[in-house]
Amino acid sequence: MSKAFRFWGLVPAWALMILTLIVPILIVAGVSVAERGAYGGFNWAFDLSSYRQILYTVGWTDELEFDPKYVLIIGRTLLFAGGATLISLLLALPVAYYISQQSSRLKTILLYLVTLPFWVSMIVRVYAWLIILGNDGLLERIYRIFGGADISGFLFTPGAMITGMVYSYIPLMILPVYASVEKIDPALIEASHDLYGGRWTALKRVILPLAAPGLTAGSILVFVPCLGTVLEPMLLGGGKQLMMGTLIQTQFGGARNWPFGAAIAMVLLILVVLTLLLNARRAGRQMEATL
Amino acid sequence: MKQPNIRAYPGLRPLSILFFLWLYLPIAVVVVYSFNDNRLVSVWTGFSTKWYAAALANEALMSALEISVMVAVIATLCATLIALLAAIVLTRATDLRFRRVSETVVNLPLLLPEIVLAVAVLILFSQIGLTNGLLKLVLAHTAFCTPFAFLPIRARLQGMSLDFEEAARDLYAAPFTAFRLVTLPMILPGVFAGAMTAFVMSMDDFITSNLLNSGGATTLPVYIFSLIRQGTTPELNAISTLLIAASLLLATLVLILNVRAMRRG
Amino acid sequence: MSRSSAIEVVNVSKNFGDYTALDHVDFKIFQNEFFTLLGPSGCGKTTLLRMIAGFETPSSGTLLLNGQEIAQMPAHKRRVNTVFQNYALFPHMTLSQNIAFGLKNLGWDKARITARVGQMLEMVHMEQFAQRKPDQLSGGQRQRIALARALAAEPEVLLLDEPLSALDLKLRQAMRDELRALQRDTGITFVFVTHDQEEALDMSDRIAVMGKGRVQQIGSPKEIYEDPTNRFVADFIGDTNFLEGEVILLDGAKATIRTALGAEITTTHQGLTGPGPATMSIRPEKIGVGDQAEGVVLTGTVRARNYMGGFTHYTVQIGEQTLRLSRRNAHSHQDSLEIGAAVQVGFRESDARVLGQ
Repeated sequence: MSKAFRFWGLVPAWALMILTLIVPILIVAGVSVAERGAYGGFNWAFDLSSYRQILYTVGWTDELEFDPKYVLIIGRTLLFAGGATLISLLLALPVAYYISQQSSRLKTILLYLVTLPFWVSMIVRVYAWLIILGNDGLLERIYRIFGGADISGFLFTPGAMITGMVYSYIPLMILPVYASVEKIDPALIEASHDLYGGRWTALKRVILPLAAPGLTAGSILVFVPCLGTVLEPMLLGGGKQLMMGTLIQTQFGGARNWPFGAAIAMVLLILVVLTLLLNARRAGRQMEATL
Repeated sequence: MKQPNIRAYPGLRPLSILFFLWLYLPIAVVVVYSFNDNRLVSVWTGFSTKWYAAALANEALMSALEISVMVAVIATLCATLIALLAAIVLTRATDLRFRRVSETVVNLPLLLPEIVLAVAVLILFSQIGLTNGLLKLVLAHTAFCTPFAFLPIRARLQGMSLDFEEAARDLYAAPFTAFRLVTLPMILPGVFAGAMTAFVMSMDDFITSNLLNSGGATTLPVYIFSLIRQGTTPELNAISTLLIAASLLLATLVLILNVRAMRRG
Repeated sequence: MSRSSAIEVVNVSKNFGDYTALDHVDFKIFQNEFFTLLGPSGCGKTTLLRMIAGFETPSSGTLLLNGQEIAQMPAHKRRVNTVFQNYALFPHMTLSQNIAFGLKNLGWDKARITARVGQMLEMVHMEQFAQRKPDQLSGGQRQRIALARALAAEPEVLLLDEPLSALDLKLRQAMRDELRALQRDTGITFVFVTHDQEEALDMSDRIAVMGKGRVQQIGSPKEIYEDPTNRFVADFIGDTNFLEGEVILLDGAKATIRTALGAEITTTHQGLTGPGPATMSIRPEKIGVGDQAEGVVLTGTVRARNYMGGFTHYTVQIGEQTLRLSRRNAHSHQDSLEIGAAVQVGFRESDARVLGQ
């Protein structure tokens, strides 16, 4: 491969990412410490008030009052994303293990069925849950048929949001978990039984440790997009249960406080980068342990 | 006595069946209710295809579809070309500096939350005074589609033995001829899969398109979102069903390509 | 006899980082010969072959193809073709298209290509498969097409990278004869890489035994087997007994060595410059036992016996020294020697070799 091609082949990719990603993120960082414009937008003047606003409100007499409003949103984001990740993990492990035991033909079909919903537009998938959980929706009707009280209010709850998030991202959990479970040599499980271990010993001492890389990868893949998710809180949370993604969105929409939106975006970005770094360090330790 | 299968665990099968039912329940609900005669979404009164007729006659919907397809086609072409070039260099160049960094940079849109990227390009475009809605969408979509195109192409290139390219050179093919006659035809399934994935990701995108939404550049998901905001209607179900059908068709195409590629390789 | 050389490897070294794959390799391959690079894996034989093909460049030294320097010439400009280990037939092309590939790149006209492709298919007896794809062929058939493809453009040298290793045992023997016949018929210089000594001994005009990045010995199969120039070659080719000893007299090509066997043995030596420690090598099939013991006859005890069908291998202890020997099972109910039995073993002094350290 010629030196020129080696260089020019990578130029478009680098140029695209620098122009549409790296530079813009630097600008976001800049805007987050800029001054809010009088009529939306911002002025290039150094001002940390956006970050201060995350923790405090300015009272009548200019004193700072601690206001947990935004800390609560950040906390809720972490909690819901973590919850959705955990539920996905608990669901994915048995399903992935079940798929790995099937014939190769059935495996292909089941994996295809796992990935298929992922191809369906995100908005359609969230909308479907709106029909099911909505007022006078499918779930309420079924509940009534079985003699339940005339209840409503599945929608606009944390449960609805987390259901939507799990539904949206679970293929990203199943695929890596499957990949690591599938690689487990059946002879290892046989060896575990041969050495007087029962089913649960095999699960605990053989399957789980060997599936760990997949579980970690899957957790990251689900947790990261959940942190920044927008549609589920907006449609299934009904705007009552704000998460960081929706908070950012509103700052660039109706609220028009760009510096504050940028500051929240930076917090989100830092959380994501920390998650990714945590994983890199854990993966590194795993490597050392096996060597 | 039959030996119990030690690899099996009790309850796996029913749990997995329930899981798949749950996975397809929402899609099935949308599809079924799209044929509901009643104006109220969840009250079944009879079979009808009238909502499809209504959807197809909806001009706003059609223009949103047009925008989405236009953006997706251009973004897919750009992303696939950029990804192809990068994948060739990253898999075939020997002692390349910055290989790891370059791979990370190409995959960056996958690693970072989309809302942050969307906000970032929004501010960028407002700063440089870019006002053309379509151009904004194409640029942003090309960026986040690139890794989706890149990964299958790279996988294909990595899976292809270097022997074939060496054999081509051995048989007097100059580097570009070797690429055109041997490498490209052999990685074509990967290129198709990558392009198809990029296309679907662009068509499906909501977060970025919604934030960049400005005069004359409303994409299909953004339009659907505005309909949802007005309340659930059977017409919405019909539109969703059409979209689901299109997605499943493309997904199946990609799967078939992958399976065939696997059998060959 | 002076023959013109097809390839000259001139003082070539190749380093991959700290690893030295080739260490000052220097030899010639003659026109029209079947030349084999033989050695264990990691000896540098494949690196050398890839260098001749143009997939590697030497770190120092150079290569000549028919007198022309080619070390820096790109692979697609060299009139050299390769049969790859896994054949590397293009899966998306028919067999005809595979064979025509090189000819097209050389700019042959259509009619000439068609004629040549037909001729090549005929040569390898695959005419009826012209329109098939490679994945519809058996291993042996792929091998033939790979040969046809590589020979179509009449290269100045044909390189073969362990082409038989992917075939099963029976097919391998048949392909050996075919390859040998093909080389004689075409008169093209073949450079064959293998780690299989039997293949090398069977097919080659000359063999270069490679080890540790160097050429250890070049010679005819018989020379390499019967007169190895060092311990590495004697050990790698065939089976042998090594006996450490002391050379007490050196007289031209003959050396007299004293080993743990007791007897003093006088025979041909390789690479000795004076008296001192040396190794004696004697191959198992050259040692007789019982009534076949002749030459230097010694008495020992049978310690182990391995029945191999055509042969039985014995390990016999003589004093402190053990000798392995093999006896042909010439008759179906031949008596075998019992473990623990006292036996006489013997070999001709001229069958032993003394090798420098």
